[in-house]
Amino acid sequence: MRIRTASVSTAAALALLVTGCASEDPADTAAPAPQASGGGGGSGEDCVIEEPVPVGAALSLTGAAASYGQSQQKGLELALDDLAEKEGVTYELAIEDDATDPKQGIAVFEQFISREPVSIILGPTLSNGAKTTDPIAQEEGVPVLGISNTAAGITEIGDYIFRNSLPETAVIPQTIAKAKESLGLEKVVVMYSNDDAFTESGFTAFEAALEEEGLETVETLTFSKADTDFRALLTEAKAAQPDALVVSGLIEAAIPLVTQARELGIEVPIIGGNGFNSPQLMADAGEAAEGVIVGAAWNSASESEENVAFLEAFKAKHDGNPDQFAAQAYTGMILVDAAVRAGCSAERDAIQASLGSLQDIPTPLGTFSFDNREPQHPAVVQIVEGGTFTVLD
Amino acid sequence: MQQVLNGIFAGSIYALFAIGFTLVFGVLDRLNLAHAAVFTTSAYVGIELVADLGLSIWLAIPAVLVTGAVLGLVIERVAFRPLKGRHDAHFAGLISSIAVGGMFLALLQARYGPDTRRFPADAFPSTDFELGGVRITLLQLVILGVSLGLMLGLAYLVNRTRLGRGMRAVAENPHAAAVLGVNVDRVTATTFAISSALGAVAGVLLAFYVNSAQMTMGFNIELKGLAVIIVGGMGSLKGAMIGGIALGLAEVFAVQYVGSSWRDVVAFGLLFGILLLRPQGLFGARQVREV
Repeated sequence: MRIRTASVSTAAALALLVTGCASEDPADTAAPAPQASGGGGGSGEDCVIEEPVPVGAALSLTGAAASYGQSQQKGLELALDDLAEKEGVTYELAIEDDATDPKQGIAVFEQFISREPVSIILGPTLSNGAKTTDPIAQEEGVPVLGISNTAAGITEIGDYIFRNSLPETAVIPQTIAKAKESLGLEKVVVMYSNDDAFTESGFTAFEAALEEEGLETVETLTFSKADTDFRALLTEAKAAQPDALVVSGLIEAAIPLVTQARELGIEVPIIGGNGFNSPQLMADAGEAAEGVIVGAAWNSASESEENVAFLEAFKAKHDGNPDQFAAQAYTGMILVDAAVRAGCSAERDAIQASLGSLQDIPTPLGTFSFDNREPQHPAVVQIVEGGTFTVLD
Repeated sequence: MQQVLNGIFAGSIYALFAIGFTLVFGVLDRLNLAHAAVFTTSAYVGIELVADLGLSIWLAIPAVLVTGAVLGLVIERVAFRPLKGRHDAHFAGLISSIAVGGMFLALLQARYGPDTRRFPADAFPSTDFELGGVRITLLQLVILGVSLGLMLGLAYLVNRTRLGRGMRAVAENPHAAAVLGVNVDRVTATTFAISSALGAVAGVLLAFYVNSAQMTMGFNIELKGLAVIIVGGMGSLKGAMIGGIALGLAEVFAVQYVGSSWRDVVAFGLLFGILLLRPQGLFGARQVREV
C-alpha cells in the first residue's frame, strides 16, 4: 500500500516545532538529527521523508475478538486515506491477523520486528495478546502503540510500549460513580470471566470502584470466556435482588448473558466493562440490550470538529457507524503521524521519543496527550436507549 | 426451582447428544468422534436456514434432523466402512472419525467464517410463562419436548420394531446376525444415520438455547458427552439420558451451592465419584470378557 500525502493545516496543534529533514531509510538506519525550525506555524508539517514509513498493525481479524479487529482495520484504513492528503510523509501499512491467539500474535510481531521491519507496531487487539507480544517488541526496541488494550499493566511492560486506549482503571471508576449518582444504586452482583487477562483486570477495577463508591457487592460470580449458557449464574444473581448487575466480559459472552438475563426477568441495569462497548451488542441482543451501561473512551455524540469529520468520513467510506475501536484505531494512526513529523524521522528510537512527548493533539477522542505513555483525555458514560448508546446523565 | 429447570433444559440437550453418541457404541462397538462435528455443523445449518432462508424454527428442526442423518451416512461410508475388515477396526475407526470431523469443521469454517453466528433477534416466539416465581419460555419447553420425544422415539424403535431387533442382533454378534439374515451393512448405516440425526438436533437445540453457534461448541459438549455415556454405562441408552440430565443438574447445583468457579470441578468430580463406586456406570452391564 503506497500513499501520497498532502498538507493539512492541523499544524498548529503540533506542539513540537521540529522540522525539515529527510530520512533516507525508514526503519533501522539512523536518520539525520532533526534541525530545529525557526518557530512559527510550519513545524512538523514541513517534514519530508522520501521513503514511505512502514507501520505494522497486529489485529484480531478472526476468532473471538474478530468484531473488534475488523472495526480497527476500518479505522486504520480511513486514517490512511486522510493522511494521504497531507504532504511530505507517506505510510506503508501492513495489517496482519493474529487470529485472537497470543501465539499467532508472537509470529506477527516477529515478522514486524525483523523479517519485514516496521517503524512502529499498532495493536494487538486484546490485552491478553499484548501481555505476550509487547515484551518482545520492548526487548528489540520497537515502539508499540496499543489502540485497544485497556487492561492494567500494559505500559508497565517497558518504555517502548504506549497506548491511546483509556485503560479500564480510568473509565470504570467514572462509570460506577456516574451510574450510582444517576440511578441511586446500593447493592450489586458482580459477574466476570476469570480466564481472561482483560476481563479479570476489569473485575479488579470494578471491585475497587465499587468499594470507593461505597456500593455493596452481594455476590460475585465467575464464568469462562467460552461460556454461552448463563442461566444458572443469572438465576443466582436474580435471587440476590441487586440494583444492578456489574459484568466484566467480552462481547461474545456479553450478548448471550444480556439476552438470557432479560429472559429470566432481570430488568435492572447491567453495567458492563469495555467488552460491552460495541454496537454489535444492540444488533444481536436487540431489545435485551436496553439499559446496558458502558463507560467508554470515545463519545460518539461528541460535536468536536475532528469527531464530526471522522463520523462523516467513516460513514462515507465504510457504509455504517464506527465504534470506539474504529475511533481509537483512527486516532492511533493520527498520533503516529504526529510523532513521525514531530521528530521528522521514521527511525524507531526517534518515534519512541517524540510519541511520548505528544501534547494536546486534537483527535476524535478529544484533546489527546500522553502522560508517561498512558493516554490522557476525557471518558464518557453511556446507556443503551432505543437501540443506540446515549450519554447517561 | 428455577435452577432445577435450568439444569433439566441444559441436561436434556446433553442427554440427546450423548444418546446418539452411545447408540453407535452400543450397537456397533465403535466410538464415533465425528459426532461433535455433526453437532456443530447442524447448529450452523440451522442458523442459516432460519436467518438466511427465513424458515421458521419449527421447520428448521426436521430439516436439521435430515441433514444430520445424511451426515451420519457420510461418516459411516467414509470413516468406518472402508476399515471394517481390519483387525484394529476399533482404533482405526476412532482415528478416521476424528479426521472426518475435522474435515466437516474445516468446510464449515470455509463456508461461514470463524465468527460466532446468531439467529436474528426476532426468530423465536417471545412467549414465556411464569409459575410460582419460575420463568419458562416457550422455546425452552420446545427444547425439552423435542429432546424427550426423540429419546422416547428411539427407545420405541430399538425395543419394538424390526429395525430395532436387527440393531440388537448386530449388537449381540454381527456374524450371527448376518447368518440369521439381518442385512448388517444396512443396519450399520441406519444406526449411524439415527445417531447423527440425534446429535444434529441436539446441536440446533443448543444453538436455540444459547442463541449462538461457534466453531468450538462441539469440543465442549464432546467431553461432556463422553463423560455422560461413561457414567451412564457405555452403550446404555437409558444411562445416557439420565446421565445427561444429571450432569446438567450437577452443573447448576455446583453454581448454587459451591461457587461458580468450581462448576466443572464439582460436575466432573461427581461423575468421577460415580465411576469409582460403579465402574460399569449407572446402567452398564459388567463387562464379561470372552476368551
